[in-house]
Amino acid sequence: MSEIFGIPIQAFLGQLLLGLVNGSFYAMLSLGLAVIFGLLGIVNFAHGALYMIGAYVAWFSLEKFGLNYWVALIVSPLVVGLLGVLIERLFLKRLYKLDPLYGLLLTFGLALIAEGVFRDQFGVSGQQYPVPDLLQGATNLGFMVLPNYRAWVVVSCLSICFGTWFLIEKTSLGATLRASTENPQLVQAFGINVPLMVTLTYAGGAALAAIAGVLAAPVIQITPLMGSNLIIVVFAVVVIGGMGSILGSILTGVMLGLLEGLTKVFYPEASSIVVFVIMVIVLMVRPAGLFGKEK
Amino acid sequence: MSASASYSAVSASAVTASSQGRKLWLLGLALLIAAPFVGIYPVFLMNALCFAMFACAFNLLLGYTGLLSFGHAAFMGSAAYVTGWLVRSAGWAPEVAVLAGTLAAAVLGLLVGLVGIRRQGIYFAMVTLAMAQMIYFICLQVPYTGGEDGLQGVPRGKLLGLLPLDNDLVMYFVVLAIFVAVFLGVVRIVYSPYGQVLKAIRENEPRAISLGYDVDRYKLLAFVLSTTIAGLAGSVKTVVLGFATLSDVHWSLSGEVVLMTLLGGMGTFAGPVVGAFTIIGLQNFLADRVGSWVTVIIGAIFVFCVIAFRKGIVGELLAWQQRRRAA
Repeated sequence: MSEIFGIPIQAFLGQLLLGLVNGSFYAMLSLGLAVIFGLLGIVNFAHGALYMIGAYVAWFSLEKFGLNYWVALIVSPLVVGLLGVLIERLFLKRLYKLDPLYGLLLTFGLALIAEGVFRDQFGVSGQQYPVPDLLQGATNLGFMVLPNYRAWVVVSCLSICFGTWFLIEKTSLGATLRASTENPQLVQAFGINVPLMVTLTYAGGAALAAIAGVLAAPVIQITPLMGSNLIIVVFAVVVIGGMGSILGSILTGVMLGLLEGLTKVFYPEASSIVVFVIMVIVLMVRPAGLFGKEK
Repeated sequence: MSASASYSAVSASAVTASSQGRKLWLLGLALLIAAPFVGIYPVFLMNALCFAMFACAFNLLLGYTGLLSFGHAAFMGSAAYVTGWLVRSAGWAPEVAVLAGTLAAAVLGLLVGLVGIRRQGIYFAMVTLAMAQMIYFICLQVPYTGGEDGLQGVPRGKLLGLLPLDNDLVMYFVVLAIFVAVFLGVVRIVYSPYGQVLKAIRENEPRAISLGYDVDRYKLLAFVLSTTIAGLAGSVKTVVLGFATLSDVHWSLSGEVVLMTLLGGMGTFAGPVVGAFTIIGLQNFLADRVGSWVTVIIGAIFVFCVIAFRKGIVGELLAWQQRRRAA
């Protein structure tokens, strides 16, 4: 069997694929963070919790109502998006005139509440979610065996990411959104309901997190803490990429996932910290981030 | 950072150190001296005092410099591990081990600070959080920390070879003395010319730069001072409780110290102390009664403080006193 740097090519590609899957989740979550930060000026610590709730909604609707994966893929973002509307209307809209630090602290509090409630309801042990029938099995590509579900995750994550990019950068709705980021008063004066757009943006970001949660459900353990552990890595991804550019955050997410996969092959002990190490290096060399603009 | 006007109202009132204020501080000290004699469990008091030191250290950054570090547990926890390992495995005397732990936190603070101050505002918070998570993973993996179990059974030993720290009362007064020294040290720093520059940076960083201050160096020194005190708190806590575990370096503790400072009143001297005693007391009270709802309650207090109680307990009291004086 062929080897690459002394490692069987199968294992090498397998880890790389895992990295790509993780990277797709990083991309989707950092994208949502970037969109929310762009318009609301809030670093949404609750993003991890929304991702976790998204996964739990999928699991719960299967267990209690027998709703399958494909239904969950629609129901979960709707439920979490609605939760997003509530969060924005009830809490976040009171903070827009304050220092952005308060937004981080408030969403941190919300994340704690969500984690506590889910831990009380479902315990700390992980829940399993089955891979949907349609996507079970694997395809032999000749040089490696590709599990169908993982391929689906990568393809759908990246399509959603690029769809969001297209929506924001290339459509008139996106243009309005970007204009509101630059100058909300002016856009309001043109008769556009900016507060409504802000609410919908937060709900949209929350829904993205929920979709990521549903997509992740079959490949991970669903636990109340899955969100917080991930969101801190995603923060590092965001710092590396810079929150200025949407395409930048997608690219950075995927790249870092792949790098993490590579580290798992060559030096597994460092795989949990490699993203942070890269963050330190990027901060030393290019403080604004790879795709950020210097102030 | 631009919109930090919200902090300034709090600090302006805190600076008025009247004779009345001094009386209140002496009253507080008298209460702390009397506390173990009126039936309050000394270990609880010592734990709360350690967290009060931790929160004072944090307040020096957030309240007086305007820097939100979201990874302060890393410094407290690392110092706790260093002290615990030195006492238990290397057999060092407690006072030397505490100093070594404090020094370790200072060095770590210098390294993290050098990276962190390259970004401002909200990014600084995210960078410190990420670097603290890195330190958490390192603590999880290196062989010296005991992994998931942590370091257990760290003996208290004798202070300077004389004072038997195994006696809770002796230990308590040692911790109280350290706490008072830290508290006065923070007051001294804030009132010093250096502290005034920190406040200038908090209020308007571009102006401080244009006045010729090397803002990054000021911020870095404030960060290192803060992590040093956080380390001292962690080291003392290990000696008091006899263990250091992963929860000392976990991000949830970094969040708790933010809450202590916010709830007590950031930018006030007494605020972090009041906040630390409130939160630690609340956790002790709730632990056996509500189980995992503690997290929910802590989160709810967080949300409440941010939405409606940004001045904190001490800040509100000071504002109320000022209104009364003006009327």
